[in-house]
Amino acid sequence: MSRFLDISQLIKTFPTPKGPLTVVRDFNLGVKKGEFITLIGHSGCGKSTVLSMVAGLTDLTEGGIILAGKEVTGAGPDRGVVFQAPCLLPWYTAFENVMLGVDQVYYTATSLERRQIAEYYLTIVGLGDSMHKRPSELSQGMRQRCGIARAFALSPKMLLLDEPFGMLDSLTKYELQDVLLDLWQRDQKTALMVTHDVDEALYLSDRVVMMTDGPEATVGDILEVNFPRPRTRKQLMEDPEYYRLREHLIGFLEERSHLRPGKPAAVAAAH
Amino acid sequence: MKSFKLDGLVLPLFGVACVLLAWTVSSATWAKDLPSPLKTWESSKPYIMEPFAKRGEMDQGILRFSWYSLKLVAQGYAIALIIGTPIGFFLGLSKTFTKTFDPIIQVLRPVSPLAWLPLGLVLFLSTGKDAGTYGALFTIAICSMWPTVLNTAVGVRAVPQDYLNVGKVLKLSRWKTLTKILIPATLPYMFTGFRLSLGISWLVIVAAEMLTGRPGVGGFLWQEYNSLVYEHIILSIITIGVIGFILDRLMSLVEARFKAIS
Amino acid sequence: MAFLELKNVSKSFGGQRVLSDINLSIQEGEFVAIVGYSGQGKTTLINLVAGLIKPDHGEVSLEGKIVTGPGPDRGLVFQNYSLLPWLTVGENIALAVDQVFPEWTAAQRLAHIDKYIAMVKLSHAKDRLPKQLSGGMRQRVSVARTLAINPRILLLDEPLGALDALTRGTLQDEIAHIWQTERKTVVLITNSVDEALLLADRIIPLTIGPGATLGESIPVTLDRPRDRKGVNHDPEFKRLRALVTNQLLAFNASRKVSLTQKLIRPDILPENLEAPRVNRPPRRPGEEKQEVIVSS
Repeated sequence: MSRFLDISQLIKTFPTPKGPLTVVRDFNLGVKKGEFITLIGHSGCGKSTVLSMVAGLTDLTEGGIILAGKEVTGAGPDRGVVFQAPCLLPWYTAFENVMLGVDQVYYTATSLERRQIAEYYLTIVGLGDSMHKRPSELSQGMRQRCGIARAFALSPKMLLLDEPFGMLDSLTKYELQDVLLDLWQRDQKTALMVTHDVDEALYLSDRVVMMTDGPEATVGDILEVNFPRPRTRKQLMEDPEYYRLREHLIGFLEERSHLRPGKPAAVAAAH
Repeated sequence: MKSFKLDGLVLPLFGVACVLLAWTVSSATWAKDLPSPLKTWESSKPYIMEPFAKRGEMDQGILRFSWYSLKLVAQGYAIALIIGTPIGFFLGLSKTFTKTFDPIIQVLRPVSPLAWLPLGLVLFLSTGKDAGTYGALFTIAICSMWPTVLNTAVGVRAVPQDYLNVGKVLKLSRWKTLTKILIPATLPYMFTGFRLSLGISWLVIVAAEMLTGRPGVGGFLWQEYNSLVYEHIILSIITIGVIGFILDRLMSLVEARFKAIS
Repeated sequence: MAFLELKNVSKSFGGQRVLSDINLSIQEGEFVAIVGYSGQGKTTLINLVAGLIKPDHGEVSLEGKIVTGPGPDRGLVFQNYSLLPWLTVGENIALAVDQVFPEWTAAQRLAHIDKYIAMVKLSHAKDRLPKQLSGGMRQRVSVARTLAINPRILLLDEPLGALDALTRGTLQDEIAHIWQTERKTVVLITNSVDEALLLADRIIPLTIGPGATLGESIPVTLDRPRDRKGVNHDPEFKRLRALVTNQLLAFNASRKVSLTQKLIRPDILPENLEAPRVNRPPRRPGEEKQEVIVSS
């Protein structure tokens, strides 16, 4: 299997006053080009830490992350990150926020081309009429639309989404999931998303990676989601398979997430 | 709507009336040397009605005196901002810089303007006639700098990591990180510092003028005290208060604008 | 006669119609969930029932009496917990209980407070300050405080909106359990279809504003207690879930405007910022070198 993103034997340890705390241990994951993967787990299980390490915003303690044949050593615009809070700079308009990155990575392009790129993505995410507003004038959902546009506009190799819809109400969430799915299909990106929402994971992804509870969190189970694309929510909700997978995920989160998978090699490595 | 007018206009006027009453009663009973409001008005009238008149070095309209004071304040304040803001940035950005200079700043900060002024005069002794001006500028700058320094430092430290991450992901250059992220994020704090600094500058100018006898509101106040025209002391006090209040309001407006943006 | 009744209620703010022609009647002991999008007047609706704001037209009545202002007969739980940070859990609840039952003896009040703290399973945390509690625990205190003043009706305004999924689930189960023992009349405002399905006897969708109004009631006849995992087998659950969701999505589709603007996406590639800056026109995908993909 050709792997676009390869995470192997990842370990992350944080120093604490009570000694080092291992948040993630022996985390392995391969992602194919164009795949949509979600990491699901309880809050505090270290799934965001994994994402942050792929983004290069957090240093890893041991192991390796290889993206498109190159080892990840720091943050960079080849990985588009969408945070839970969209992190727009409040003193710029939505358009200027997107342009900040566009000016960076397309510095060889003409200013017309750069503007077109920002306008294209802002319009697709539904901010065509309000791209010249400041974040304070936008609703939470619209801010996150801008966050998504900013990530896609830089044409990154990979998208990293850290609970991007976690702060939105469930109906606004539906709209934004569709926006994300639409863009992901258009641009054929590889995406890694962290969530704790079972329905979100099933609707968006090709594979759902279930993480065990921290500390020493790792991959507990992987679920293949083979619904045909493009998906519609209506079609999914009528599919009996959907409820079977849903129950499987809820079952894992409620009953099995605290169990580490039996891996003798991993235990040996711990000592 | 009616009740709003009552709160916004009638109540403050009522407060002013209370003070005027207390003043009148005091000047009529226990403080015989205190001129009554009416006497003060009579005596101040030429200074208020012809605010820009110039009859002599120390006999000028009240707004003309204020203008002299404001001009000096503006210069001293500008020096304070130009020096204080970068120091604040360095304090906020560098732990080493903080460790080196924070103790000395904390020691210098509480020193009164009255203590700095003589040192200022000594420093600029060689300039002869202008020593008073330079000494006053020095005192204003060094006294009013601290709120700007400290607030800027706090502001820089308070820039959310999320914003800095945006810069990191985009690989912004140092210059761009400063101009596009750090400065805009710190602006609200900086302006709080600027406003407090301006308030202090205005306090210092009066003290500096009193000690050096320069023409200005403070100098006028001191001269009239020495020539026993007590009405003009009160006129000066009211002028100083009103101008200070207006300056603070103006800065608050600017500050609010920046806070609204971020 | 209905227990809580809203007749032709409408409300505008600053000339903008937020709610119009709201008609709602709720029986005693009923659990009703109102589901709708954010910013479409759900909170306005709760505030009208609570008496915090007055309707422009129509009337709100509880047990036949017209609501004119707030009162302890209606207990409100908000999304933010509104606990006083300098009081412990017990003191926060005592504040409300002392206010509503001044005629009781101190011992009576204490027993009452302890009962409700136990009901939300916080007896061990009675002497803690709010900042020492997690979000879920704070919301439980808020629920206990509201229940302790023994309101005739409980108004829950997105009470679990700020909590993570797992805590949310646990608290949903607790609310369901408390409702079954206390049998209060409850109006729950939520944006989660699943939450409404797990808790309510009846779901009423709120349409999209301006001038939002209530849609047709959907009775939820699932057996109680409802198990979040088990319901996935239940064809009725699936039917209701699809029904409510589709209705809400249909409301939203009606407000979408079609795009007519022509967009251009220049066909250029981003530059590698790790390499030194170059001085040439941007690359286009056709000129891209073949990428070597490491296979394992």
